[in-house]
Amino acid sequence: MGGRTVTRADLCEAVYTKVGLSRTESAELVETVLAEISDCLVRGESVKLSSFGSFLVRSKGERIGRNPKTGEEVPISPRRVMVFKPSNVLKQKINTALSGDGE
Amino acid sequence: MIKSELVERLAARNTHLYQRDVEQIVNAILDEITDAMARGDRVELRGFGAFSVKNRPARTGRNPRTGQKVAVTEKNVPFFKTGKEMRERLNDGVDHGEDDDED
Repeated sequence: MGGRTVTRADLCEAVYTKVGLSRTESAELVETVLAEISDCLVRGESVKLSSFGSFLVRSKGERIGRNPKTGEEVPISPRRVMVFKPSNVLKQKINTALSGDGE
Repeated sequence: MIKSELVERLAARNTHLYQRDVEQIVNAILDEITDAMARGDRVELRGFGAFSVKNRPARTGRNPRTGQKVAVTEKNVPFFKTGKEMRERLNDGVDHGEDDDED
């Protein structure tokens, strides 16, 4: 297992090496892609990226939760949440290391 | 919005790029995230969210219909946690905190 943290810088590097744009432009495009996806979700639109997964927005009404430490009931305010549903392809890729084995 | 629409929208905003290039950029980003998770790495995109892999150990499950015991092998599952800025943007600037009951 890895355990490293991949960040925007790594995504920029991938765009830079695979697409052949300048580093500055690669960085700008990574930002633009994330912004386009985010804006879409904020408008309430779902984003489906084939072979990767879907980002969905769900509206949740008020519900009663519990403070697990004290057992006290607390209302949970209504909110919109974003959920990621991984595609089967992604799930499979994440498990190949297990079936292939090595470490 | 599906992947091809994302590519179209990005291409419309970046007229100096061919649609083919934009498609390559989107794929480079998604592939980099997928490869990182396949290695067991975490992908942290500040403001947007973080992708990680959770390990589900092997267990003995039951067929809910027949009650029969079945062996379930070890599995890695992709997990996404929404970033603070996205949580706020989805709720008109209000951060209701983490919603950790999402699967």
